[in-house]
Amino acid sequence: MAEEMRIVLRNYGKIDPFKLDDYLAVGGYDSLKAAREMDRFELIEEVRAANLRGRGGAGFNCGAKWSFAYQTEADQKYVVCNADEGEPGTYKDRLIMEGDPHSLLEGMAICGYAIGANKGYIYCRGEYPQAVNILKQAIAQAEEQGLLEDFSIEVRQGAGAYVCGEETALIESLEGKRGEPRIKPPYPPISGLWGKPTIVNNVETFANIPAILENGAAWFANIGTPFYPGTKIVTLTGDVVNKTFFEVPTDTTIREIIYDFGGGIKDGKEFKAVQIGGTSGAFIPAANLDSIIGFDHLVSIGACLGSGAVFVLDETRDLVDIAVQIAKFFSHESCGKCSPCREGTVRLQDLLDKINNNQGVAADLPLLNKLGKVMSYSCFCGLGQAAPIPMLTTLEHFPADYMAKIG
Amino acid sequence: MSMEYQKILAKYADTPGGMLEAFHAIQEELSFLPEEAIIEASKVFGQPAIEAYGVAGFYSMFSTEPRGENIIRICESAPCHIAGASRVVASLEKELGISMGEITADGKFSLEFTQCVGQCQATPVITINGKPFYDVSPEAIPDILAEFR
Ligand SMILES: Cc1cc2nc3c(=O)[nH]c(=O)nc-3n(C[C@H](O)[C@H](O)[C@H](O)COP(=O)(O)O)c2cc1C
Ligand code: FES
Repeated sequence: MAEEMRIVLRNYGKIDPFKLDDYLAVGGYDSLKAAREMDRFELIEEVRAANLRGRGGAGFNCGAKWSFAYQTEADQKYVVCNADEGEPGTYKDRLIMEGDPHSLLEGMAICGYAIGANKGYIYCRGEYPQAVNILKQAIAQAEEQGLLEDFSIEVRQGAGAYVCGEETALIESLEGKRGEPRIKPPYPPISGLWGKPTIVNNVETFANIPAILENGAAWFANIGTPFYPGTKIVTLTGDVVNKTFFEVPTDTTIREIIYDFGGGIKDGKEFKAVQIGGTSGAFIPAANLDSIIGFDHLVSIGACLGSGAVFVLDETRDLVDIAVQIAKFFSHESCGKCSPCREGTVRLQDLLDKINNNQGVAADLPLLNKLGKVMSYSCFCGLGQAAPIPMLTTLEHFPADYMAKIG
Repeated sequence: MSMEYQKILAKYADTPGGMLEAFHAIQEELSFLPEEAIIEASKVFGQPAIEAYGVAGFYSMFSTEPRGENIIRICESAPCHIAGASRVVASLEKELGISMGEITADGKFSLEFTQCVGQCQATPVITINGKPFYDVSPEAIPDILAEFR
């Protein structure tokens, strides 16, 4: 049976998040000290060699991203932690922040040293007041002991906007504005917060950094699949026996996650579908359960690892009803900046609603497909581009659910 | 009331990009953002009033209308949806005698939808004044509310 492997959650449940001494006792902040002994360029090369790829969804090589900000000359640079975690079904970043806040702070401080930034922000979603409280106390303790040296960290709260998880929208929000995404390029490592070079990384990405420096890049690169090495925290929801979280190597299969870790489908029912990556993820049929969760493997089956949320549905579930609920999410969360998304998400919800209420006609299905395709290539940011994916993939793999409602 | 938000805004005046933090702090006191506070914020942060309104209107946690003393939010994201969130909604509406989006006549409770609040290990989830309640069943609602009545 597949086994858990805890790297980012190495201290979770073992240390008291309110006690800096607990973290120090397990070697906390040693990696930061070691990093500061290193040449900046070599430090970044070490992170790059580990092949740690972003855990926030896009899977970009972390060291490579840092090198862009390192190379850009500026009087001020910033390190920003993306703790917006708005993807439904996901709570991994909360686990890290509430269970082991100093791992995150240490990872950010290492990044600050590497790229030459003395200021960090944690943008934490407004729905996590407990995490904010823990982080603020952790920062105060670390600063009081001088562990962060000249690097300071501030926590800022989001206010309930999913799009603010997109890195440039997040930056706009940090600047005190509406969280509407910016045009890219320029990318944040060149021009980000207040126009300065900025590294935006996910909580889970930062929390990997101290362990990578402690154990070496080669150690990390050899865990899981070589293309997307390391572990991934998976949050399992839906019709499974164990609705809980695990941290697993990235060569774990979807089947192992559902049946070994999740204990299988609840109430002795049969599996129908699984959605991976959060509410913008693809619905995956039984035929693909033996795929591993590594980033590129999921892409090859038309899916995406995203946030690592795994939402399982049993044979009794009506996927049209669920697609409606998801469409409602996107029409609510669309920021309104671009019209394909602003209008498209509303039309998508209307059409799905109509079918769900048994008022659809056969011509609605090609219309849905066309709308989805147009949105996927014309929307301004990832929100609108991904919004039709749940509909497109349920329509592709589970057309019977739609047909059953069309007269 | 006016004194309160002016004092709060003054505290954040020197915080770069501090408008969201200031709005959170005002809401903590007043439960919503009164028009005067938004206009005052635009002055404090050196922005046109339309920008401050834009911020107040953009984020779902900010409200420009008065709200109940206790804010109940029900997660309607897919994992909570399939775990029976709509039955919890029905129970809350019945127990409070209002519909989603409304405030009770005594001003004690607001009912609002929210998307995932990141407590998906225990669906369906509701929050009251930001505090999560786990694995909520329709039958548990009267007991949960009793604490706030
Ligand atoms: C609509 C949308 C929502 C996103 N939400 C999040 C989020 O909640 N957390 C996150 O870390 N990244 C999110 N991202 C990805 C970020 O834009 C960015 O790629 C990420 O923060 C980079 O960090 P990483 O390289 O460590 O993954 C989102 C992207 C889009 C398009
Ligand atoms: S889906 Fe409801 S709390 Fe996450």
